[in-house]
Amino acid sequence: MELRKDYFADVRTDGLNEIGQPRPRLDSPGHVTGKTAYFADRNFPGMLHLKMVRSPHHHARIRSIDTSEAEKHPGVVKVLTARDVPHNVYTILILIQIGPEDETVLADGKVRWKGEAVVAVLAETERAAQEAAAKVKVDYEVLPAVFDMEEALKPGAPLVNEYHGQNYYLYDSGECRKVRFGDVEAGFAQADHILEQSYQSSPIEHAPTETTGCVVAPEGNDRFTCYTNTQAMFFTLDNASIILQMQGSKLHFVGGTVGGGFGGKVDVIVEPIAILAAKLTGRPVCFIYSREEEMQISSPRAAEKVVIKDGVMKDGRIVARKVTGYTDAGAYSRHSPYGAQKGAAHYPGPYTIPNVWIDTYCVYTNRTPSSAMRGFGVTIGDFALEVQMDKLARLIGMDPLELRFINAYRDGDMKAHRQPTEGAALIECMQEASRAANWPVAEKYMAMSSYRKGA
Amino acid sequence: MAIRRGRGVAAINYPTGMNLGGDPTQALVHSTPTGNFMVTLSSVDLGQGMKQIMAQICAETIGVPTDRVIVDTADTDTGPHCMGTFASRGTHRAGNAVIQAAKEARQVMLEVAAEELEVNASDLETDGQGNIRVKGAPQKSISIFDVALSAHFKRGRSISGRGMFLIPRSYPEKETGAMKPSTCYAHACTVAEVEVDDETGEVTVLNVKNVFEIGRALNPKMVEQQLVGGSWMGISHALYETTEPYYPNRDHGGTDFNQYLMPGPGDLAETEIIVLERPSSDGPFGAKGPGEMCANPQIPAVANAVFDAVGVRIDTLPITPERILRALKAQAAG
Repeated sequence: MELRKDYFADVRTDGLNEIGQPRPRLDSPGHVTGKTAYFADRNFPGMLHLKMVRSPHHHARIRSIDTSEAEKHPGVVKVLTARDVPHNVYTILILIQIGPEDETVLADGKVRWKGEAVVAVLAETERAAQEAAAKVKVDYEVLPAVFDMEEALKPGAPLVNEYHGQNYYLYDSGECRKVRFGDVEAGFAQADHILEQSYQSSPIEHAPTETTGCVVAPEGNDRFTCYTNTQAMFFTLDNASIILQMQGSKLHFVGGTVGGGFGGKVDVIVEPIAILAAKLTGRPVCFIYSREEEMQISSPRAAEKVVIKDGVMKDGRIVARKVTGYTDAGAYSRHSPYGAQKGAAHYPGPYTIPNVWIDTYCVYTNRTPSSAMRGFGVTIGDFALEVQMDKLARLIGMDPLELRFINAYRDGDMKAHRQPTEGAALIECMQEASRAANWPVAEKYMAMSSYRKGA
Repeated sequence: MAIRRGRGVAAINYPTGMNLGGDPTQALVHSTPTGNFMVTLSSVDLGQGMKQIMAQICAETIGVPTDRVIVDTADTDTGPHCMGTFASRGTHRAGNAVIQAAKEARQVMLEVAAEELEVNASDLETDGQGNIRVKGAPQKSISIFDVALSAHFKRGRSISGRGMFLIPRSYPEKETGAMKPSTCYAHACTVAEVEVDDETGEVTVLNVKNVFEIGRALNPKMVEQQLVGGSWMGISHALYETTEPYYPNRDHGGTDFNQYLMPGPGDLAETEIIVLERPSSDGPFGAKGPGEMCANPQIPAVANAVFDAVGVRIDTLPITPERILRALKAQAAG
């Protein structure tokens, strides 16, 4: 790595004692010698193992659940269904008043994605829990499912989630989050060229070394200690408190050493049911995702579809950009309404474009609920935007890097979401990339600056 | 049939924080009797090294070496509230809270030192090595060890401080979308060079040159580990990964690392990292959040490089050999 201190030296004070110093990490020796303790290193006498019975169907009504055989299985201590959960219908962003509550801790009457948790089995050993889970009999009536976002948005599509009433999240702005800036149609009318292109991504996995999980121990003082690898301690505690209808003071969360998160550990999935199990059995409980659960059950990054329509001049100026983004939330909201909204704020990218129109939709389908992941609401947008920039450059016969200089935002430029640009540095990054990659651009671009006089 | 070479570029920015939800984090700092400093948080270290960075931020602010700072975090019985570690917010939000708490503790420390030295607190400075001295008269000094002992056992002062950093929630305007979604933006530009085998559709990323502007590299070694890891993750996202290979079809989802493809050590590109620092006006020592954005620009850069190499656009992620071969076939047909 090279630190190029010559850029922005006029606005930076260097020479501090501790900041800017490459101090060795205090936790490194523990990590590399195996001495660091993770949540799963907690082992308590009498600890029970929790395994989930999961839906084999993408969409089905539950006619009945028979747990009698599972309860008789040797080693089984308790079997939990929806009626054991005090506040079974929940949504995690309710903490910031983003509803409606639309998801169940354990399925109640219906499953909406293949893999949805239906029954929790607690046993003395992991194996007994697994074997007993296989003995739970659930009678399903399979319902038509929808997987494609465009199909889901059509009239007459199977309704994925009754708590929403339609297959998209209803914002206060309507069926999508909107950004309107300038007059996009007038921009297209004046453009020399129009280019409309569609981009698509697939769900991806966070792939942490350590899978999602927790260990819960009931304490003698009527409190529960939850050792967890959540990325958000109080967010998880407060949501667990709502789901369990248990005062937050009864809960003690201990975490903070996580084997990789990448956004995959901000859904509140394992902790509430494990605490409930510890409460109902009076015994320590561990609930740890298998690798298969981590890959197909825990939320992936959403698949997204992004349609970009640009109006560009022969000289490279983009005069209008219209973006329609679709985020595949799967069957439940989790963090997706937030991600789609964050996407609306991110477009049209780090470029100053006078006429912008953005619509971003959060769409429900019968698949594993997606949620946050590194680059949430932005990563796929950047893929679409930057491939589109390459296509625009080739369309007008311009160098792709030079096209970006022409449109790059600079200090003081008004963004589409009506915030003035501050602290821009896109131009300097491109100048350095031009040098480092030996990708020459015209001297006028190398002389540009993100600073603007008076800005 | 041939191996074809191409290169592509992408430039991006990235917002720090989750303004659209309201974004608070708190920190507490106190001194032990012998002048070590405890930072208490509930923020989570995901492995990126948050504890280390909070220690350095506290040390710089108080004016002691980093090894005199202990970070106690992610225990809800002791640590005050933090929204969580996501949205590239950890260093920025918690760092600001730690600075505020450490400043308050530092002020008490200087006041106690001033009483011991019989000078005004405003005339004192720290030497960064564990001592407090009179500005312009460094021979008149006292160790922080002795100041802490005095505060605890003689003067009855608590060398401690409270820190709170809140970005109030921004509500998007319904019709225009006017909003303040972030506090500051990090930037990047990546150039990727690839080879594409037009017989097998296989892509080899030869090298990526990443330029990142991150406000301030608080610990350059840790910045490097995060940026290199992010760059690899971006390449993996571009070319390998998905839980649903034929999305929106739900079949064929991988359930382990044999089926869910990621690049192995032999597949990693030569990776160059260049860092620029334009301090943000509201970040701790100017830092922005580089945690997420560093994995983004490689994806379009690789996609553009594939086009440059073989002349087909793969607008669907991941850019698999199958998709490339199908596109080449379509191109040849027509």
